[in-house]
Amino acid sequence: MLKGIPVSAGISIAPVLRLTHETAITQAESTTSVDTTQELGLLSKSVEQAREQLEKLKEQTEEQLGSEKAAILSAHIAFLDDPAFVGEMSALIENQQLAASAAVSQVADQFIALFESMDDAYMKERADDIRDVSRRLIRNISGGDTVISYPEEPFILVAWDVTPSETLQLPLQHVRGIVTAKGGATSHAAILARSLGIPAVMGAGDTLMEKVDSGSLLIIDGTTGQLIVSPDADTLATYQEKAAQEEKERQLYEAIKELPAETTDGHRVHLMANMAVPEESDALIASGVEGIGLFRSEFLFMDRSTLPDENEQFAAYKHVAAAFGDKPVIIRTLDVGGDKHLPALALPQEENPFLGFRAMRISLARPELFLVQLRALLRASAFGRLLIMFPMISHLEQLREAKRLLEQAKAELRAEGIAFDEKIAVGMMMEIPGACLQADAFAKEVDFFSIGTNDLVQYTLAVDRMNANIAELYSYYHPAVLRLISQVIEASHRAGIWTGLCGEMAGDPLATKLLLGLGLDEFSGAASVMPKVKERIRSTSVEEAKQLAKHVLTLSTVDEVVQYLKDKAL
Amino acid sequence: MVQFEVTVNVEGGLHARPAALLVNCSSQSQSKITLSKGTKHADGKSILGIMTLGVSQGDTLTVQIDGADEQNVATAIQQLLEQSS
Repeated sequence: MLKGIPVSAGISIAPVLRLTHETAITQAESTTSVDTTQELGLLSKSVEQAREQLEKLKEQTEEQLGSEKAAILSAHIAFLDDPAFVGEMSALIENQQLAASAAVSQVADQFIALFESMDDAYMKERADDIRDVSRRLIRNISGGDTVISYPEEPFILVAWDVTPSETLQLPLQHVRGIVTAKGGATSHAAILARSLGIPAVMGAGDTLMEKVDSGSLLIIDGTTGQLIVSPDADTLATYQEKAAQEEKERQLYEAIKELPAETTDGHRVHLMANMAVPEESDALIASGVEGIGLFRSEFLFMDRSTLPDENEQFAAYKHVAAAFGDKPVIIRTLDVGGDKHLPALALPQEENPFLGFRAMRISLARPELFLVQLRALLRASAFGRLLIMFPMISHLEQLREAKRLLEQAKAELRAEGIAFDEKIAVGMMMEIPGACLQADAFAKEVDFFSIGTNDLVQYTLAVDRMNANIAELYSYYHPAVLRLISQVIEASHRAGIWTGLCGEMAGDPLATKLLLGLGLDEFSGAASVMPKVKERIRSTSVEEAKQLAKHVLTLSTVDEVVQYLKDKAL
Repeated sequence: MVQFEVTVNVEGGLHARPAALLVNCSSQSQSKITLSKGTKHADGKSILGIMTLGVSQGDTLTVQIDGADEQNVATAIQQLLEQSS
């Protein structure tokens, strides 16, 4: 039996389509040419063709799969602009009278060898991108076919490797799986397979191509990495059973995609998603989320030496607000410090960064910066449904000061005649135990709470979540954390406001019923896990969940809580 | 010509994204920019060149800039490489 690296979960059973195209680029027949001018012309024509092909493919990809995947193709286009790449090819043609395709292959092989010799797995994978672009250039030079013809029926692709642009051109209605001899979990093909839900196994080794023939039946298990060629009847039956089970789940999630997150007795909650960069908008909207429960504004501030000005921030927030239309988008104001450094702010090194100068504490100490962000957020609120959320608040005075600055920003915009949402909702993160204990006081002054379990656990249990030595102490199932969550939700309901939860716990199906029973109104986690959470919500009654939560609150240890939830999940 | 040494503080080293930022910065300049790590050299305007230098966080780079706007570019590049995220 063959085995590879499992890179995209799921079981697939289908006939093999084996692609045997070259692994190395070295396929140039004649290495030298007498006509340098002609070869230079061929090269530049091929580069221009490649640029057009990639632009077109990028456009298609953007439409069908979202801009994040299209970014791969932007990188390929950037290679065409790189003086060390095409420039080097031209130099080889001129100085050594090489044929154009030989020049491409020589330069490509150099870069492939360089990348592959690097220790870092991520950099090794970049060899794929070079291979992809170079193959395209050579095919263009030789006038070869750049489109592979795929069968009009289900197949599992088996190849030495699959380049990113090849992955993007696969017929999604027919491809059931991807298996490669080379490559690994961080290759573009792997990332794409995962996001498209196509089972994939990579790095199965050089013998793969010898052992698998086109047309033979193949089972791939993208969860374990197992590959079974021409299975016997029993094995086939076992895997068909497993695949049917998976398919049932998948259909279930798909079927409830458009349905509300509502319990069997009609209690409705909201399922949102967390988002890191605006480029994710399209994919998230397509996945059926009700909105964004946490959009971290930090992305705009990281990886740069200057601060984004009001217009730049406005453009980014507006893009997201407009993309989601009437769906809510909760934007958290700047939450840096702790483990996130910001070069432009020149923050001091601290002994205890997580207890130090971070998040709202910085915003309030630098109101001139905070006001820029607030003005940008308010201006963007005219283009969609934005909500503002303040992080790391421990003292009521901080909340009041933040709200005062927000009012100041509003007054400025009014005076300037700039439109914004006058009724924009303002909420705060509940991530400091002290604030949770005083939730009743805070609830009178905000429109909503969002519990940040990652930090809340850290502060409640005094456990540094980055420290591996004490990782086992870190759990959101700790009874003290659960009590705080319960108190926050209760206080919010007494005051007539709602509470959400953004953090890993919101996407953990084991915690769903418990959170529902505690009265949580909104769940926000990674979009990929939310269908499971929805399924949990739709298959329980709020009464049953309340009973469960009531009992959990009487338990005394993490183990007891986890065990009880597992027992009840069955 | 300006030449200086800088310890790269970019988290995870010069991967595609920071390399692209660097190229954006260099490409706006008329100056010739060379980055050297040990005996390896790369054109500061080439994303592939920079990536293949294999620069990890904590590595020391020598940067050579030659041209009319060398002083400004030097400051920008130094800041980019020294920032930690």
